Amino acid sequence: MSEPNAVSQAQAAPAGQGGPLVEVKDLRKHFPIRRGLLSSVVGHVKAVTDVSFHVGEAETLGLVGESGCGKTTVGRSLLRLVEPSSGTILFRGKDITQLSNAELRPFRRHMQIIFQDPYSSLNPRMTVEQIIAEGPLIHEPGVSSAQRREHVMELLRRVGLPPESADRYPHEFSGGQRQRIGIARALAVNPSFIVCDEPVSALDVSVQAQIINLLMDLQAERKLSYLFIAHDLSVVEHISQRVAVMYLGHIVEYANTTDLYADPRHPYTKALLSAVPKRSPDDVKERQILGGEPPSPISPPPGCPFAPRCPIAQPECSKKLPELEQMGAPSHFVRCPLVK
Amino acid sequence: MAEGEKALLEVRDLRTHFDTDAGTARAVDGISFAIAPGECVALVGESGCGKSVSSMSVMRLLPSPPARVASGQILFEGRDLLGLSNAEMCAVRGKDIAMIFQEPQSALNPVFTIGDQVAEAYQIHHAGSRPREAWEKAVAALRSVGIPDPESRAKDYPHQLSGGMKQRVCIAMALICSPKLIIADEPTTALDVTIQAQILDLLRTLRKEHNLSLLLITHDLGVVAEMADRVCVMYAGKIVETAPTRELFAKPLHPYTQGLMRARPEPGSSRHGRKRLAVIPGLVPAATQFKDDCRFRTRCPLADEKCGSEPALQAYDGEHCAACWHTSAAGVQAWDARDAKGGPA
Repeated sequence: MSEPNAVSQAQAAPAGQGGPLVEVKDLRKHFPIRRGLLSSVVGHVKAVTDVSFHVGEAETLGLVGESGCGKTTVGRSLLRLVEPSSGTILFRGKDITQLSNAELRPFRRHMQIIFQDPYSSLNPRMTVEQIIAEGPLIHEPGVSSAQRREHVMELLRRVGLPPESADRYPHEFSGGQRQRIGIARALAVNPSFIVCDEPVSALDVSVQAQIINLLMDLQAERKLSYLFIAHDLSVVEHISQRVAVMYLGHIVEYANTTDLYADPRHPYTKALLSAVPKRSPDDVKERQILGGEPPSPISPPPGCPFAPRCPIAQPECSKKLPELEQMGAPSHFVRCPLVK
Repeated sequence: MAEGEKALLEVRDLRTHFDTDAGTARAVDGISFAIAPGECVALVGESGCGKSVSSMSVMRLLPSPPARVASGQILFEGRDLLGLSNAEMCAVRGKDIAMIFQEPQSALNPVFTIGDQVAEAYQIHHAGSRPREAWEKAVAALRSVGIPDPESRAKDYPHQLSGGMKQRVCIAMALICSPKLIIADEPTTALDVTIQAQILDLLRTLRKEHNLSLLLITHDLGVVAEMADRVCVMYAGKIVETAPTRELFAKPLHPYTQGLMRARPEPGSSRHGRKRLAVIPGLVPAATQFKDDCRFRTRCPLADEKCGSEPALQAYDGEHCAACWHTSAAGVQAWDARDAKGGPA
């Protein structure tokens, strides 16, 4: 599938800076389903289909959508933790999809990830110091152990953990503290780009606020770029400059945060925003409850993936997948011709 | 609950403690609340505040040992559930009080069809009913919770259904014996936001239809705003504030409630300029370390020497009660001052 030219041009030209830090073009990941004695391929889970976006220097792109929409697969594909089926991923203009593992290694230190579950993402048999120092050990082999420890101490201080944490094990920490350890681990190799895969979803609201503030402070200090994956729309609005909304493997709307929240166009985005619980009992909210559930990505519906649940669907919606088209603000793209 | 109204459930000074190697964990430490017929009361608080232990204590589902109800009364229609024999309690559970759990996938048995599981709940409380009758009741219950084509879906196994559908099955199971009270423990936490909206809508409709009372356990103030008539905010095993929902959101009195409300990202933040989120510094004390002081004092911007003794829940404005020595608008100002200083990240 080819995006219209207007989209590719707008996506390729972010404000100033001379080119985006990360640029993704037509990323596709279809997981084969194998059955039987010969493990023959009987179908595909079409997790991500032809997704394109960019992340500028010191910018946060929010990626929102519900379970199974492919947002985590996008995040992992960017780091090649999942091998993309097709498409290109440019990091500072260099295509990293074709690199061998050895060639990829110098890039890995620039691209890090923070995981959702602070319980399963830290090795329980390693001390916090070992966890944080593991990246530098690989990427900066020449450094003395005293310097390395000093570096770990500095990171712990920065993420708000006491220095004595270095010799403790992950089980001794609460969820929020573990997420701080995960952040320190990502920062240890001085990356310029971090994929934050639902970093606050498992945390209580007061702790969630602490971690969001920390991520935003670090971004300001170190000029970090984030791909911020989440299902919580208010958190994404708070932290992102731009937002992409995914549904069943496709980006259905892509815009500056302000435009997306003030003027959502795609029926799915509207439904998603209206499903967020009220902030206070006196809020008046236009309530639109979507019927049904997302279809299976193994056999997605023909045409627009949202058509079966869409309140304004027309017969032609099920014939052809609509293109992402610019509507409203110059950098606002919507995959629905009916709302033009 | 208005004066003179008869409570359906009344919990009085409930203390549920756990005996652990590290000492006694006072998970629930003297809470009292009541639910009127047809009313929805929310217990809201963060992980470990004791809200789930409270609901499990009402259902008497906690294994003992290590759990131990150290004191209190749980009056359901005037009868103390803590005094019932196991057999008597079994007759209450599922019949008068039913429960919906957070994770529908672990609440259902994977090796029985959903029809069988819903019918089982009916048969247990209707001894002598014919299997055919129970099955028909189950199908009707599945239809009433919005499962399409219930006759054939009743023969499905749980793994054939999505999370939202499984939660609907759990609700059907809870409803089949027409209980008076449903305890819903984080019923939508495991679900996506559009499915959450569906399930909350379903619970609202069913409440109206059957005049159900609902005890809603949640950490999400948004869900509280959507559903509850009254709220009890829990912190470290205590109820620190209770009020009709509107009043709580309009004028939170306890510094913890104020902090919780302020920690939520503001909608429209992208337009109005982003601010740092307000945070509640520090951590909840461990349940084995609770002392007889105000348990929020280590994190509270208003704390002083007075807070070394425990404040009781006091009525401030009709039914609006808070447990704080300094309850006032001063709380909001103190948070503002702390944020302006740029407190710990």
